[in-house]
Amino acid sequence: MKPIQKTNEFVIKFANVNGSGSASANELFARAILRMGVTVSPRNIFPSNIQGMPTWYEMRVSASGWLGRRGGCDMMVAMNPQTWDRDIAEIEPGGYLFYDSTKTLPSSKFRDDITVFGIPLTEMCNGIYSDARQRQLFKNIMYVGALTALLGLDIAEVEKLIGEQYAGKDKLIAPNVHALKFGYDHAQARFKCPIGLRIARADAVGERIFIDGNSAAGLGAVFGGATVCGWYPITPSTSVVEAFTKYAKKYRTDAETGESSVAIVQAEDELASIGMVIGAGWNGARAFTATSGPGISLMQEFFGLAYFAEIPAVVFDVQRGGPSTGMPTRTQQSDLISAAYASHGDTRHVMLLPEDPYECFEFGASAFDLAERLQTPVFVMLDLDIGMNERLTRPFAWDDSREYDRGKVMSAADLDAGKDFGRYKDVDGDGIPWRTIPGTHPSKGAFFTRGTTRNPYAKYSETGADYIYNMERLRRKLDTAAEMAPAPILRTAKEATRIGAIYYGSTAPAMDEAIAALEAEDIQLDILRVRAFPFAKAVLDFVAAHDHVFVVEQNESAQLRQLLINEGEIDPKKLVKVLHYDGTPITARFIAGRIADALSDRKIIPIRKVVS
Amino acid sequence: MTYLAKPKLLRPDTPVNALGYTRRDYEGAISTLCAGCGHDSISAAVVQACFDLDIQPHRVAKLSGIGCSSKTPDYFLGASHGFNSVHGRMPSVLTGAALANRDLIYLGISGDGDSASIGIGQFAHVMRRGVNMTYIVENNGVYGLTKGQFSATADKGSKSKRGVENTDSPVDLVALALQLGATYVARSFSGDKAQLVPLIKGALLHRGAAFIDVISPCVTFNNHAGSTKSYDYVREHNEVLNRLDVLMPRQAITADYPPGSVSEIRQHDGSTLRLRKLAEDYEPNDRVGAMSHLQAHAERGEIVTGLLYVDPQASDLHEHLNTVAQPLNTLGADRLCPGSAALDKLNAALR
Repeated sequence: MKPIQKTNEFVIKFANVNGSGSASANELFARAILRMGVTVSPRNIFPSNIQGMPTWYEMRVSASGWLGRRGGCDMMVAMNPQTWDRDIAEIEPGGYLFYDSTKTLPSSKFRDDITVFGIPLTEMCNGIYSDARQRQLFKNIMYVGALTALLGLDIAEVEKLIGEQYAGKDKLIAPNVHALKFGYDHAQARFKCPIGLRIARADAVGERIFIDGNSAAGLGAVFGGATVCGWYPITPSTSVVEAFTKYAKKYRTDAETGESSVAIVQAEDELASIGMVIGAGWNGARAFTATSGPGISLMQEFFGLAYFAEIPAVVFDVQRGGPSTGMPTRTQQSDLISAAYASHGDTRHVMLLPEDPYECFEFGASAFDLAERLQTPVFVMLDLDIGMNERLTRPFAWDDSREYDRGKVMSAADLDAGKDFGRYKDVDGDGIPWRTIPGTHPSKGAFFTRGTTRNPYAKYSETGADYIYNMERLRRKLDTAAEMAPAPILRTAKEATRIGAIYYGSTAPAMDEAIAALEAEDIQLDILRVRAFPFAKAVLDFVAAHDHVFVVEQNESAQLRQLLINEGEIDPKKLVKVLHYDGTPITARFIAGRIADALSDRKIIPIRKVVS
Repeated sequence: MTYLAKPKLLRPDTPVNALGYTRRDYEGAISTLCAGCGHDSISAAVVQACFDLDIQPHRVAKLSGIGCSSKTPDYFLGASHGFNSVHGRMPSVLTGAALANRDLIYLGISGDGDSASIGIGQFAHVMRRGVNMTYIVENNGVYGLTKGQFSATADKGSKSKRGVENTDSPVDLVALALQLGATYVARSFSGDKAQLVPLIKGALLHRGAAFIDVISPCVTFNNHAGSTKSYDYVREHNEVLNRLDVLMPRQAITADYPPGSVSEIRQHDGSTLRLRKLAEDYEPNDRVGAMSHLQAHAERGEIVTGLLYVDPQASDLHEHLNTVAQPLNTLGADRLCPGSAALDKLNAALR
């Protein structure tokens, strides 16, 4: 078997033990590749555990610029004896293995169709360091050094990164650089470097930034003017609030007084979290919570209240595998239905579906405008894949002339001017009523907020006509929302086609790549990336304009497809499911394969030749 | 239940407070509770307290959960914003509201089902956090709106209207509030306006978590023989600790009580709580003492009422969070948004 020869186009996977400090070393290596101007997309595959369980860091290097997960593994860095057998089995024929050769393994533990590089890392570290923690951490840096040599990276880039990482803790720089060089020199001396897989300097990264979606969402909340956050820890959403806390400390602390313009409260549970958000939203502050599926389940009653009493709230739902505790550290897009129709009775909620950290930031900020404009909960639906993995993304942008849209808020001056105030009255025909913030006026504009039915002037009423007026107005309001939320993005095929595909969220990078692969085989598809719910007219028009539409999702029950069928009254036969839900991020290979198979199974001729 | 609205015209000698408001300005919609309901007396006491303290009604936000008690905020302070939230969750909604605007006065109204059963978790945590609020539980030991089931504050051995005996131990919200860190803890009786009004006034002036448990008999479902929350039972077993007078900073403090039986407590805002002690051995600033006093009397079947504990130098959640003095809900993009220059700098650090 000839060893794989590839430059800037391969997958390298690190098999580690969690809690061993490997994550930061692996991230350092990914950043070094980026500094070489080469596109890399890493993904953490980790257990619901703090120490001792297997964890993987899968890094896709792509000269073509693809950021989705490819699948397969060209080089395995096998640092975890527990998972050795499966890790070795996963390597592509002709691939490479790097491992800690301190302990001699029988030849039966290897494969003869791969190239093996063994370095006695543990032995080397034990010789240099006496402290157990140091031995572990520097072992990680040492393998980064060895890989730098094996893959032909410029070691100066890694050194520079170490310098930046420990700026301010300067005494840590030298020992890290020392360990790095030690590993580098050792590999250089023992092996012919670089090997068949290599990194060559390129200019593919451009001005893009490297950040995870949760951090981007937390930053978006700071820019979007959030001042109150009630939250409860849950994987994989916790780092949204951690990022918000960090950025608020940086940007929202008064330089003179040290006082903060945010209030962040870790609540006793998800019910209290959303209760705080709704209380703050009612009282005119921009407030949010971050949670995941189980939290969404717990918050249901409150979502109904916020919907019916019409109170702005922003919820970041970083989706994970469900149902129940499900797969807490694996990715899925399986909360769509529980968010879209959260709570009992007839409800509908706004959902935004970001594809990458850039949109996590953008939607993270604009969700507050939407929530206040519409006076209703807005769900920003991330998932673990975009939330917890660093991704190359467009640099964040902010227009300084942008103002916060506080929506229809009646001021004391409006009330004094004699404006009619009916809290639940549709005066503008868009279904959105006017509201007052508590404390506005000594004698006008006060009302009693409740989850019970009321008339347009907020007086308790169980009259059928009042109820229907209100429900129809809410429907109108959510229809208004459909055209106010981010519009879908259409990409038409090179040739006219009657086949379409719909996708959303973190599926985007894999989808881009799948479409390119299909195009290469002359399979033409128009694709539409849905970015919000309720669906804009453009989404339903897209379905109407095609004979068959693939709906690509990362859940088992085709939740977006269900929403399309339900909301758009679409014939289910028209919408073909493409579902990936094993907890790993969807791949281009999977999408392209499923679509190609379905087209041939159904004998659908993908290209409608245009007869002139 | 009052079917007839009060006349709008007021007599020329109707008393007005320092703001020029009459008591009527502090009233709300007409109560839909049963005639004789203790809760209506509590609403009247809230009206009186706010009138006496010259509070502008629209500077109060009144929040509640679900139940008979939680309906009452509609029946007082009609010029205030009110929020009838979900069952047992008023504390979190109030917390969020208080975070949004630290300048309003927050009044939480709840019941024994709302706070001691479904909402005991949120009750506990709002006390722990020291949210600046007055939290009143209108405690009748029974579920009124669903027609007479026991609540978690019903005493063991007490009988329901249908003759069923309660076998569960009661939750004592006062004991819980003391243990959990509330900084103003009182108990009163809806039938004792003279005691209740000053207790509410003291709570409204207190900065921190103020809790008042008000025994409020349910005339329809819990006012019979065998009930331990009936008017007769409470009157017979009420062990009054002290009588409170609340003096505003502008009022001269006059010594019209015999020395030795009066203790004065000065709160943050300069107001003075003057306690006429009826139980000579009682000190209202000893949390542990309050807890044991409460337990000792409970053992004897006595309901201790009065101001049980106050920490006049309490701190609140905003102090703990070190938030800016200006209400968060008034800050605009100029104060909240870091802007493009900061973002560009951040972008550069992410490469």
